[in-house]
Amino acid sequence: MIPAAFDYYRPNDLDGVISLLQEHGDDARVIAGGHSLIPLMKLRMAEVPHLIDLQSIEELTGIENGARIRIGAMTTQADIIDNASLASSAPILKEASLQIADPQVRYMGTVGGNVANGDPGNDMPGLMQCLDATFILRGPNGGREVKARDFYHAAYMTEREDDEVMVAVTFDAPKGGYAYEKQKRKIGDYATAAAAVIISKDGSKCKEASIAMTNLSDTPVFCGAASDCLIGTSVSAEDIKNAVNSMIDAIDPAEDNRGPVEFKKHAAAVVLSRAIERAWQRA
Amino acid sequence: MNDMTPDRNERKANLKGLGSSRKRVEDLRFTQGKGNYVDDIKLEGMLHGDFVRSPYAHARIKSINTDAAMALDGVLAVLTAKDLEPLGLHWMPTLAGDKQMVLADGKVLFQGQEVAYVVAKDRYIAADGAELVEVEYEELPVLVDPFEALKSDVILREDLDPKADGAHGPRKHHNHIFTWEVGEKEATEQVIDSSDVVAEEMVYYHRTHPCPLETCGCVASMDKVNGKLTLYGTFQAPHAIRTVVSLISGLEEHNIRVISPDIGGGFGNKVGAYPGYVCSVVASIVTGLPVKWVEDRMENLMTTAFARDYWMKGKISATKEGKITGLWCHTTADHGGFDACADPTKFPAGFMNICTGSYDIPTAYLAVDGVYTNKAPGGVAYRCSFRVTEAAYFIERMIEVLAIELNMDAAELRRINFIKQDQFPYTSALGWEYDSGDYHTAWDKALVAVGYDDLRKEQAQRVEDFKAGKTRKLLGIGLTHFTEIVGAGPVKNCDILGLGMFDSCEIRIHPTGSAIARLGTISQGQGHATTFAQILASEIGLPADSITIEEGDTDTAPYGLGTYGSRSTPVAGAATAMAGRKIRAKAQMIAAYMLEVHDDDVEFDVDRFVVKGAPERFKTMKEIAFAAYNQAIPGIEPGLEAVSYYDPPNMTYPFGAYICVMEIDVDTGEHEIRQFYALDDCGTRINPMIIEGQVHGGLTEALAIAMGQEIAYDNMGNVKTGTLMDFFLPTAWETPNYTTDHTTTPSPHHPIGAKGVGESPNVGGVPAFSNAVHDAFRPFGLRQVHMPHDHWRIWKTANDLGLHG
Ligand SMILES: Cc1cc2nc3c(=O)[nH]c(=O)nc-3n(C[C@H](O)[C@H](O)[C@H](O)COP(=O)(O)OP(=O)(O)OC[C@H]3O[C@@H](n4cnc5c(N)ncnc54)[C@H](O)[C@@H]3O)c2cc1C
Repeated sequence: MIPAAFDYYRPNDLDGVISLLQEHGDDARVIAGGHSLIPLMKLRMAEVPHLIDLQSIEELTGIENGARIRIGAMTTQADIIDNASLASSAPILKEASLQIADPQVRYMGTVGGNVANGDPGNDMPGLMQCLDATFILRGPNGGREVKARDFYHAAYMTEREDDEVMVAVTFDAPKGGYAYEKQKRKIGDYATAAAAVIISKDGSKCKEASIAMTNLSDTPVFCGAASDCLIGTSVSAEDIKNAVNSMIDAIDPAEDNRGPVEFKKHAAAVVLSRAIERAWQRA
Repeated sequence: MNDMTPDRNERKANLKGLGSSRKRVEDLRFTQGKGNYVDDIKLEGMLHGDFVRSPYAHARIKSINTDAAMALDGVLAVLTAKDLEPLGLHWMPTLAGDKQMVLADGKVLFQGQEVAYVVAKDRYIAADGAELVEVEYEELPVLVDPFEALKSDVILREDLDPKADGAHGPRKHHNHIFTWEVGEKEATEQVIDSSDVVAEEMVYYHRTHPCPLETCGCVASMDKVNGKLTLYGTFQAPHAIRTVVSLISGLEEHNIRVISPDIGGGFGNKVGAYPGYVCSVVASIVTGLPVKWVEDRMENLMTTAFARDYWMKGKISATKEGKITGLWCHTTADHGGFDACADPTKFPAGFMNICTGSYDIPTAYLAVDGVYTNKAPGGVAYRCSFRVTEAAYFIERMIEVLAIELNMDAAELRRINFIKQDQFPYTSALGWEYDSGDYHTAWDKALVAVGYDDLRKEQAQRVEDFKAGKTRKLLGIGLTHFTEIVGAGPVKNCDILGLGMFDSCEIRIHPTGSAIARLGTISQGQGHATTFAQILASEIGLPADSITIEEGDTDTAPYGLGTYGSRSTPVAGAATAMAGRKIRAKAQMIAAYMLEVHDDDVEFDVDRFVVKGAPERFKTMKEIAFAAYNQAIPGIEPGLEAVSYYDPPNMTYPFGAYICVMEIDVDTGEHEIRQFYALDDCGTRINPMIIEGQVHGGLTEALAIAMGQEIAYDNMGNVKTGTLMDFFLPTAWETPNYTTDHTTTPSPHHPIGAKGVGESPNVGGVPAFSNAVHDAFRPFGLRQVHMPHDHWRIWKTANDLGLHG
């Protein structure tokens, strides 16, 4: 639990970060809250000779609320929980954040780190796919935008280039009902299965639906087909079952200490149906 | 009477003696971050050690190349078995009469085994150095299943002659360690074969780990000028460690000083000797500098002593009416690569023969087979007295299974089989003499407290609702009545490595009427500094606040066997009372002299000696203390000191009745504990607040063990639960509310009637939680599933019973 030696940098602006990333290539990594990266370094599963701290970069902070919401990459999970206006414009963020880790970790862990990390256990990537968020990246050639739904390729493999920095996430303020439902073994645990659901209503029918699942594949799983199962329906038990069955086809969980594949599929079905029910009630 | 004299009750209260919920004096420093733990110790020029550990569970070592590590700036030495061999220290004796490699000698037997020890200028360089040691392994077939191990051709312990006896008699196979038998085999089998009803079950108590918050570690400091070795460490038995270090190092015992500073929890994990201690001592002797070694969390979980891992096959028989006639148990005990259990020598399976529990069982038989596998060594008593948790879990499961077989209420089945109050002292079929108990009173109190009959009605309704599709939650009522055997123990049958298991207390009264007492035990959070002062306060009439308790420094404290197995209060607590009584006896003579009456004409009254029949004539203990030092009294030596070494005549037998009410979600496997009622009878209660704290802590550990905590291995012998992400330690969030209660049945042979309590909640808690899970599924046909009852296993139980439609 002792990391290998590394050099530490704390630049004041993004250009400084990007030039360090360019200079050291593979040997450099940015550190945000450190609560995913430092454990990996201590276990010597990640060797990072050059560690670039993002704490002093103003551009990466701040929450902008409105029809289009923008959350700076260095915003912590605790910041999200404490932000009253965000809690009313996009309450699913608070509901999900409260289910991440424990208070100590949430004071450190950031949105940028959580979505950039690429660990299938992280809750925010699925959440961002559910919100149809856009990630704003900055690299040596300037900025670009990538959809959360296109960002994840495999565990720890994302669309982000090594010399790009995650600047912010943006998304339209969600409409309708929402739910983030997560089953875990204990406080501080990653999900056995988690579901993010947003549903809007038109009269008594479902107008729009968005479903994404967490820790049930090597990437977050946006379940477009499952969402479609709900649209236009009155979200009856039968409709929920259809959506759940469609979701089961889309996930690909692996056995681990949380249980065998069959259990994970069962847990996924349970959390999704509960999430849909709750979101529908709130819609 | 003198008007200024406070009344008797007030004087008693001022002492804060027995029965007072005195606040813990230790907490002043602990809550301010002023504790002094091993890792806080920093000595001039101190070096740091770190291990190279085996990634394989079973492998031959082809070569070890230390060149690159030695070339690293700041690395002073890299020790391997070859370096220790000339000193005879490449192996060390275990507490169980086996031997264990200090550093891998030709092969490794478990993942994480110590292969080389890097000594460096700081902790970081030591870790970098360990990375640079190149070890070439040749993998060998891995045995993680003890039943397979007993059949396999693969020889794990090539150092042992397969034909020769082990420390505990003949070995049946090259991977077999011992067979231990108690009771009457044939008679028991006959009874079982001829009984009306027999229940048979395999009860597995999985492998887990004590996981104290502070991991194990030490600082070894060899002073080459005066030849003295000082060894600071996380030792639950500092005096025994001193003797063992002397025996294996050849240093004379007076040249070794062992100090256990503050210890952040032990739970059995810190009883044994670990390679880190030996390597640190050697490194300090070689370099002449102090050397610190502190394990990290993964090393602690993966390599230092585990607990449990008992496969207990049982048969229990009864009459049609439910009177138990016989109990039979065969246990297969997985001890890992070396037999490093910490049990009294004559008890290779500890006190597993307490497995008749709280019940009057006329005939019983127990056999235990110890087995080598490719897992870490250990087998310590995790917050219990030597395998008592295993025994309690076994019998409390067998009772439940028998209740199913008899189609009887499990509370009633217990009641009709309890040892009755007038049967004590009671000799069990497996040889223990239970000193005292009143099980029926405790049981009835518990059942009334939780509203047992209503709970059963509610449960029956719940089953109906479940079947009708109205709920997906089941209700379980987990019952346990446990009896422990603690306070090892009488020297006639309890020793560890030949060291008798007495304990000790030495008291010095200061002239102004305060005191210091030193004991052979060592607190790891139990609050000894608080409670032992209370015992003394009541015995010698000086306020607990004026009494310092000191433990853990072998240069100053009297010899004792340390703290584990709930032995501190039964043994050292008794020594404390007895030493206090010696003080009082001398004080009586001094008081009589001062009052100018005969010794027999004064009597002790709370905090003073008074002249019989004339209570206005008295001398307080404070006055007597001053006189003891400053007044020339003919025929009496100056001073007021006493020492007592206490060899207990018997063990003590705390008991308790625990009831857990649990809701279970059959879809997610999640549980919620609605109510937990814990009644403990630990005899005389010294400090009710500390008892309550101990019970809360122990129940929380029991919750962890029953509901998720385990050391799991894959088929390759890889530890799957080596970090706290996977090894379950409950936080405030997972911990339910507990209701505590008590009855008081003092021990008849203990000077103050106390029995020990720190371990009861772990012993009784695990079956209570586990029985609740089982009970929830009993209406659907469940008899037995193995712990831990984590989400997926509960889900699987529900699934196997067809509850998922
Ligand atoms: C005990 C514990 C429990 C946890 N439980 C959960 C949980 O239940 N759910 C959950 O979602 N998470 C959980 N986490 C993870 C936690 O939320 C992390 O903090 C988060 O995943 C990563 O955020 P960070 O700011 O700490 O990132 P860091 O650890 O600093 O970085 C993580 C990775 O992202 C990269 N990175 C960080 N910021 C940027 C950026 N702006 N641009 C480009 N790359 C970047 C880093 O280089 C690194 O590779 C847990 C962590 C702990 C220690």
